[in-house]
Amino acid sequence: MTTEKLELFEVFVRPKRGLDHKHVGSLHAEDKEQALEYARDVYTRRTEGISIWVVKSGDICASQEDDRESFFDPSDDKPYRHATYYPLPKEISNM
Amino acid sequence: MTQSTQNKVDSKQDLINYLVRLGDDSIVLGHRVSEWVSNGPFLEEDIALGNVALDYIGRARLFYGHAATLSEDGKTEDDFAFLRDEREFENYLINELPRGDFAYTIVRQLLVDLYNKHHLQALKSSTDETLVAIAEKASKETSYHCRRSTSWALRLGDGTQESKRRMQLAVDDIWGYSHELFEVDALEQRLIDAGIAVDCEQLKQQWLADVEEVFEEAGLTIPEATWAVRGGRKGYHTEHLGHLLTQMQFVHRSFPGATW
Repeated sequence: MTTEKLELFEVFVRPKRGLDHKHVGSLHAEDKEQALEYARDVYTRRTEGISIWVVKSGDICASQEDDRESFFDPSDDKPYRHATYYPLPKEISNM
Repeated sequence: MTQSTQNKVDSKQDLINYLVRLGDDSIVLGHRVSEWVSNGPFLEEDIALGNVALDYIGRARLFYGHAATLSEDGKTEDDFAFLRDEREFENYLINELPRGDFAYTIVRQLLVDLYNKHHLQALKSSTDETLVAIAEKASKETSYHCRRSTSWALRLGDGTQESKRRMQLAVDDIWGYSHELFEVDALEQRLIDAGIAVDCEQLKQQWLADVEEVFEEAGLTIPEATWAVRGGRKGYHTEHLGHLLTQMQFVHRSFPGATW
């Protein structure tokens, strides 16, 4: 048996309550239920998590390398979007 | 020695023997499943099978460890696992059958996992506290094993013509080994009377109902043939156990006392 006919899934694991799910990798599975079981076996064998999400890789809409300039460059020249752009009043000493 | 101390000693030895049996069931099946490691149908399933094997081997350590503590003669879990011969193993035969093809492995796992579900549930009512603790821990693993083997049985039984053929073939081959899972011998009867052991005879109906439910959905049928093979609890084994033990025990026997 090969993985040709299986679908690719992305796996997200939440390491602890209060933290966000983090992308940990991908795997092959027949369907989402099996993907969840394999995610448990492949990515949480050493008790790395308390919650798992799986999503079909094809269902992720990702930005492309070609879009990089139009997506990200415009924010370079807008320093006022950063908190550090603003001078702090003298009264505030600890930030 | 008074009559009552003699009884106490006997019942302690009974418990040790019982624990070793349960350990034998786990380690033999754990070793069988571990044979899939690096031979699995694809990477994800390979790792999943490895996890199941480790669950069983871990369980064997708990049973053997408890037996070692009780025996008070310096024996360790390793002595039980690696320094006994075929005739001293008292595992059920179904656990030692070869791993076969993937369908064969799944059918065996399904039958044994569903059996363990009820067996461990019953073991939680034992009067032996350590056994209760082991059962609590193991039944969580078994819930997961049951989910896995059930979903694979449905996938393959209700899959292609070829997968269905192989699944039914495996069922026909293995079914005759399932009967001894529900038979009680004198040792177990004494421990049942003492509230320690599980009365396996009582598990048959629930187990059968579970199996029938999966089989019906998977399009598999219980064989009509009534042949049964038994003998595991007496130390009478199939020709397969000896070969398994030579592999499993080789390193320990060749390098006594070796540590990682």
